[in-house]
Amino acid sequence: MSATAETVLDNNKAQEEHAHHGPAKGFGRWLFTTNHKDIGSMYLWFSFAMFLLGGCMALTIRAELFQPGLQLIQPEFFNQMTTLHGLIMVFGAVMPAFVGLANWMIPMMIGAPDMALPRMNNWSFWILPFAFALLVSTLFMEGGAPNFGWTFYAPLSTTYAPDTVTYFIFGVHMMGVSSIMGAINVIATILNMRAPGMTLMKMPLFVWTWLITAFLLIAVMPVLAGVVTMMLMDVHFGTSFFNAAGGGDPVLFQHIFWFFGHPEVYIMILPAFGVVSQIIPTFSRKPLFGYHSMVYAVASIAILSFIVWAHHMFTVGMPLVGELFFMYATMLIAVPTGVKVFNWITTMFRGSLSFEAPMLFSIAFVVLFTIGGFSGLMLAIAPSDFQYHDTYFVVAHFHYVLVPGAIFGIFAAVYYWLPKWCGRMYSETLAKWHFWLSFVGMNLAFFPMHFLGLAGMPRRIPDYALQFADFNSISSVGAFIFGATQLLFLFLVIKTIRSGEPATQQVWEGAEGLEWTVPSPAPYHTFSSPPEVK
Amino acid sequence: MRSRLISRALGLMLCVLFAAEASAEYGLNMTRGVTDVSHSVYELHMTIFWICVVIGVVVFGVMFYSIFKHRKSKGAVASQFHESTAVEVIWTIVPVLILVAMAWPATETLIEMYDTDDAEVDIKITGYQWKWRYEYLGHDVDFFSNLSTPRDEINNLEVKNEHYLLEVDNELVVPINTKIRFLITANDVIHSWWVPDFAVKKDAIPGFINESWTRINEPGIYRGQCTELCGKDHGFMPVVVRAVQPAEYQEWLALKQEEARAEAELAKLTFTLDEQMARGEEVYNTNCAACHQANGAGIPPAFPALKGSAVAIGDVATHIDRVVNGVAGTAMQAYGNQLSDVDMAAVITYERNAWGNDTGDNVSAKDIVDFKNQ
Repeated sequence: MSATAETVLDNNKAQEEHAHHGPAKGFGRWLFTTNHKDIGSMYLWFSFAMFLLGGCMALTIRAELFQPGLQLIQPEFFNQMTTLHGLIMVFGAVMPAFVGLANWMIPMMIGAPDMALPRMNNWSFWILPFAFALLVSTLFMEGGAPNFGWTFYAPLSTTYAPDTVTYFIFGVHMMGVSSIMGAINVIATILNMRAPGMTLMKMPLFVWTWLITAFLLIAVMPVLAGVVTMMLMDVHFGTSFFNAAGGGDPVLFQHIFWFFGHPEVYIMILPAFGVVSQIIPTFSRKPLFGYHSMVYAVASIAILSFIVWAHHMFTVGMPLVGELFFMYATMLIAVPTGVKVFNWITTMFRGSLSFEAPMLFSIAFVVLFTIGGFSGLMLAIAPSDFQYHDTYFVVAHFHYVLVPGAIFGIFAAVYYWLPKWCGRMYSETLAKWHFWLSFVGMNLAFFPMHFLGLAGMPRRIPDYALQFADFNSISSVGAFIFGATQLLFLFLVIKTIRSGEPATQQVWEGAEGLEWTVPSPAPYHTFSSPPEVK
Repeated sequence: MRSRLISRALGLMLCVLFAAEASAEYGLNMTRGVTDVSHSVYELHMTIFWICVVIGVVVFGVMFYSIFKHRKSKGAVASQFHESTAVEVIWTIVPVLILVAMAWPATETLIEMYDTDDAEVDIKITGYQWKWRYEYLGHDVDFFSNLSTPRDEINNLEVKNEHYLLEVDNELVVPINTKIRFLITANDVIHSWWVPDFAVKKDAIPGFINESWTRINEPGIYRGQCTELCGKDHGFMPVVVRAVQPAEYQEWLALKQEEARAEAELAKLTFTLDEQMARGEEVYNTNCAACHQANGAGIPPAFPALKGSAVAIGDVATHIDRVVNGVAGTAMQAYGNQLSDVDMAAVITYERNAWGNDTGDNVSAKDIVDFKNQ
């Protein structure tokens, strides 16, 4: 251990000597940067901007659904809002946030000076603003934005789509290119740039989960590109991939989409698993329980995610055998997921716990993600799924795994590493307010949706029968609380960067890992010569 | 005062906890439904729900125990254990056993749901943007079922009635204690036909025919909705089923057949412009107003205006062609086999004279028949 510390000290000296290699000035710094920290920050800010934009769309939806009847917006605009909300949150908020975290943390966690492919890194970020500008600009075009749901089922998204579907297709293509390049970069970095002694089974779990996520991305983003290209052909070049009248098959669309879509949901959650697996041991002051089984569990989840896609399609009329296969395979996913939850809780058991913001968000993650897992298990039971499918029960389910799952995971990560990034501590009081208001708002918004779905309310409807009125009002109130609270988070982060108390190098008493061996804030270049890991 | 507050809060929490059990009346839980299959589905749902509750209590119990007992602020010292293969194996195997126990009854129910053989009544259900068509195969009964909630209720100009958005002009009428097979398809985009009380939900897919079945135990009116996003009025195409005694069903069937004959007779009569306008307005509001709007202004560009449009004030034959054959690749369907010739004539007459179009044309049912036969 002492050898490591010495190396780090040398390292820090070297960095001071090279201080004149600091960041360039002005806008050019951000446009041309190849520095993983700059790019990580840009990803995170971009993702937060998209989070607010997608959030405004969600609030438009919730405002309309506050009471039965049409008050604020018309059904066609409502459908544009549900579509864009989904696309922006998935591709604009959650995925870039995790890529941002990967950029900042993976090199620092494995003792590498930067990402393996820095120039490509710059490109994969700068594609994104253009991709989303393309997508969002459709709102201002004649005929309106895409209105066929973020799952864009054909033929609603082909033969019956508004003209702007073409913008949507190219937008998705660009997002896909960006994701694939990001994934290649992550894999190349992790496999080639680990410090001496950092064997695969010594890597922090955040690095492991991202390595597996990156393989999932490379496997499925091309499938998404394929399916939107087939749509493009159907719309503009007279093919009939998904048009039954021309010999095509609308169900084929769903098979291809969900072959991408199911691994995609794990792409959005595995890095959060990694974040939580870093944070819980730190604030329990105890090593992660079952490191090996955690790695195997993530790998099993990733592999299983390729053979469960049709559980999104239990009502399309698959043959009985297909239905049974996908039901059994889906139920199996509960096993490795359970292992992870059990390991986190055993890590906390007989630890010495303290409850700073990263830990609060992580505990909420474990509890609420598990609730989302339970409803997922219920959805896996095909006969019951006929009653749940495409109702608010499903909406409740995936918001429980995505909001307190992915999003809380991201919040936890930001609080955990923000002092390392900017060298200043955030205000614990404000962070607790942010946590508790988010927690209450989010549960108020999404828990009643379980009841709505079970009582028979379909998803994606702009108006509903009277028996659904009460829970919808509650849900809308919760959504506005949750939404407004995120402005507090923005304030908190800016306040921290501008005027927070200086942070120590160690930051957290129980934290372990290479990122805590560099000063806070982390210098522009870290680990120019690799540390040695024992 | 304080203790009363606390006891109230506790009472409320308990209510929420046990609500799931006693909740069917309050719209918190899945309906038990009115068929044997829906009962099995409900049992499966409750079984898996309680399994989750028990696992949740155990897992979160351990977690909250740690949160309260193993706090640093209480002086807890962390032990450093971090591995146990035995424990990992146990908590891998036990969930697998629970899942197998759950998969067994689920498989049985699924097999039963897929057994569509030996049906006594066959009904073909076709999803259209945004209505359902029901055809009683072999009985010459064929009709559309549209939302009947007035637009004014949707736009908050009138008080909403009890069955707001869950009411239709023509219900699907079926006999109880009879195995009914549904053959489900769609005309344009994908829809999904769902009646929660039967635990029947099947996607209606253009070009494909899906099968499902039910045998209803109790007479009554059962309401559901389309559950696959199908465009603008996805939220406005409910399913309403009236289940009646088999004898009553036979009477209804005979009545429907008689109505169809009477409608055909009407086609031979001629009507005054006023009569046509009155009938046409009704047909228009049911079938056309969702897109072209009650005031004929439409929602351009997807749904063009009819007021002063080249089609509505131009050549009659072109107008009839648009309505009978629709416009391929747009939301404008072919209404030729959706509307009777009399209704078709009335609605075209209405469109040509309402909103200041004032062409004075009175299109007759015979014109429609001639157009179709040419």
